Amino acid sequence: MRIVAVCGAGIGTSAILKVNAERVLDRLGIDAEVSASDLEGVARAASDAQVILTSTELAAAVRRAIGRNYAEIVEVRNFLDLDELAVLLERSLG
Amino acid sequence: MILPPLPDEAVALRVHAADWRAAVREAGRALTRAGAVRIEYAERMISVIDEFGAYVVIAPGLALAHARPGPDVLHEGLSVVTLAEPVAFGHPHNDPVRVIVGLAVANAEEHVASVAALANAFNDHDAVERLAAAASADEVRAILGLEAGR
Repeated sequence: MRIVAVCGAGIGTSAILKVNAERVLDRLGIDAEVSASDLEGVARAASDAQVILTSTELAAAVRRAIGRNYAEIVEVRNFLDLDELAVLLERSLG
Repeated sequence: MILPPLPDEAVALRVHAADWRAAVREAGRALTRAGAVRIEYAERMISVIDEFGAYVVIAPGLALAHARPGPDVLHEGLSVVTLAEPVAFGHPHNDPVRVIVGLAVANAEEHVASVAALANAFNDHDAVERLAAAASADEVRAILGLEAGR
């Protein structure tokens, strides 16, 4: 299972998302590898990923960037809310 | 996981900012006062938002202003700016912003550790609210789990 957290610059926000996603997966007992990427690198980073985590703001740009890729794009509102992340991840992976 | 130090110069409380650009510029100015970045870094943080949108507003009321590493980053740094009046960044869910955390990293490796520490500090649901209400740099450091005087 592969998950990619995406932000514009690949610094800061995607790393926060990655750290918190790992925390939630651990809590849910789901075995998955989470990586962080910027928008530019997302097509490559997500080539074998099942789920892409990003903000609502960037979702459309991510969709354009990945082209023909079947990864599910999950929009996260609050990057710091582990409960929201748990609900989202359980819905797409559970 | 260690956060960069947050000296008094890197904290500005209840600042008046006319708009989000002014607010981000304050976070850049605070990083410059602390010696972490050259003043141009603030404009690069603004460019990130111009280019990609207000996704840096990662939680209700909180913006994580940052740019990629570059020659204007002298060393890793953190700044905290709270606003007297909240400003809109144009985020669909998390506006208005009351707290801006400025982050500067010199390379990607050190940045992962810093950000992990930052995520930890914000695990409390009311951390943003408490930061917005903080009256001193010591209080800000306590909320973020940083030692006094660092």
